[in-house]
Amino acid sequence: MPNIKELTDLTTQVRRDIIRMVHKVNSGHPGGSLGCAEFFVSLYQELMETKDGFDMDGIGEDLFFLSNGHISPVYYSVLARSGYFPVEELNTFRLINTRLQGHPTTHEGLPGIRIASGSLGQGMSVAIGAAQAKKLNNDDHLVYSLHGDGELQEGQNWEAIMYASAKKVDNLISTVDLNQQQIDGSTDDVLPMGSLRAKFEAFGWTVLDIEKGNDIEAVIKGMKEAKSLTGKGKPVCVLLHTVMGNGIDFMMHTHAWHGKAPNDEQLANGLAQNPETLGDY
Amino acid sequence: MKTYTYTEKKDTRSGFGAGLAELGRTNPNVVALCADLIGSLKMDEFIKENPERFFQIGIAEANMMGIAAGLTIGGKIPFTGTFANFSTGRVYDQIRQSIAYSGKNVKICASHAGLTLGEDGATHQILEDIGLMKMLPGMVVINPCDYNQTKAATIAIADYDGPVYLRFGRPSVPIFTPADQKFEIGKAIKFTEGTDVTIVATGHLVWEALEASKALHEAGISAEVINIHTIKPLDDKAILDSVAKTGCIVTAEEHNHLGGLGESVARVLAQHRPTPQEFVATNDTFGESGTPAQLMDKYGLNSEAIQNAVKKVLKRK
Repeated sequence: MPNIKELTDLTTQVRRDIIRMVHKVNSGHPGGSLGCAEFFVSLYQELMETKDGFDMDGIGEDLFFLSNGHISPVYYSVLARSGYFPVEELNTFRLINTRLQGHPTTHEGLPGIRIASGSLGQGMSVAIGAAQAKKLNNDDHLVYSLHGDGELQEGQNWEAIMYASAKKVDNLISTVDLNQQQIDGSTDDVLPMGSLRAKFEAFGWTVLDIEKGNDIEAVIKGMKEAKSLTGKGKPVCVLLHTVMGNGIDFMMHTHAWHGKAPNDEQLANGLAQNPETLGDY
Repeated sequence: MKTYTYTEKKDTRSGFGAGLAELGRTNPNVVALCADLIGSLKMDEFIKENPERFFQIGIAEANMMGIAAGLTIGGKIPFTGTFANFSTGRVYDQIRQSIAYSGKNVKICASHAGLTLGEDGATHQILEDIGLMKMLPGMVVINPCDYNQTKAATIAIADYDGPVYLRFGRPSVPIFTPADQKFEIGKAIKFTEGTDVTIVATGHLVWEALEASKALHEAGISAEVINIHTIKPLDDKAILDSVAKTGCIVTAEEHNHLGGLGESVARVLAQHRPTPQEFVATNDTFGESGTPAQLMDKYGLNSEAIQNAVKKVLKRK
């Protein structure tokens, strides 16, 4: 059984990391990062089977691909706090010569990253390729991916969604961060996408909703269920209902903090709402 | 003067198909992907012998590039196959981010490049692909000249760790390089020795350059013909050594003069040895429908055009 207290403490610390990283360089994407903190903590602490150390091929372990690369702060924080690289390195986020580029990349050799992302809509195809490589290698581990809901407006996703079910890529769990926000407003204002469940189901996927995407117990329970649905001939889609900016009251339920850093006062306010648990970097 | 003849003509895409089939037998990590153009890319033999290592993607080239990038994670060596237009311009950002910037070991194999695709016309005749691909950091760009060289190049790139763009074509063209050649990425091949002019050619224009050198020889002009099969990394030394002797150069390619081999050569010369240069290439234009021969004639991409360019550049020495 997962120790919920420990995971909650880690999630709080990750939220602190996110806003401190973004504040320091006055740039980056806190909103989506905060909304996915519970998901990343669950994935790296509870759900994925990973080997010690890091190698690009990742044979014999579960893999994760972040398609909406702009939420790099949460990715970097959880990777660091899961032992992929020193937590102090979070200090270098977006600075010149850093391995922690604005958007994740393999180019600087940061352990834990297997593909560059940032230009949207490409991650699912990559995850499918990695999943098919696992099948060729008789490696029964899983491939996870995360996508923004607004990101699904990119057409390449639908090529990938069509392909994954047609080719029975059933070792893949693609999660959609359903926060219903994108840069210019709510997804319904910018480009309504209708029922994503109906769309994924029509494309032949097994679909599962996690209604409380910011409740760590609900996320773990839902993702474990998703895991149990793999290997049955269909790819699995998780619709993760989250709140953008979760955990910092003035950042919640709005697209305003998609790509905006807090000022000094806002940082202090946000940190006060998330008291230090495991120690700041 | 050394002369070249041929007994057989074949399409370079069949050289790719033969190379891929051989890789299927010798390298278990090689996998192939195709976007609904198996027959056009001559991938049938590989697929027949290795059905489990072939991925039919459907008409979805962006997805194909992403899946290829993903397959490298797990140690596979993916070869993607579609037309040059759909291998480059259509999927430029996918190649840029998921393959080039991510440093993935994907071989982008592109058939029907240039005007010689023929009757389908400009929508399919890409003349910008070399430029697009050579601008991507870390991308190797190869445009072999005949069936044998294309087969050898296909086999060679599997042993190179990194992204490669391999460009070839549709029409039957003379086979004039040896069947048993070893292909060295980035190493130019000197076909004829000459003293008056250097002709640097790539792809289908190499045979035309050899034809031109024969005619020029009869007119008393000694041309040195160099086959640049690898446009990036460019064999600077081979080019500089040759122009040190000849003092002028003609570049020839089935591509726009903007962004092609000619511009790469001009950069090297401008930096190291400014030399009069003429360009045999298309002039910032789209193609059109017609037979390959008609198109190469209309757009000035043949032996005659090379001879004229040589006469022009000689006057500038």
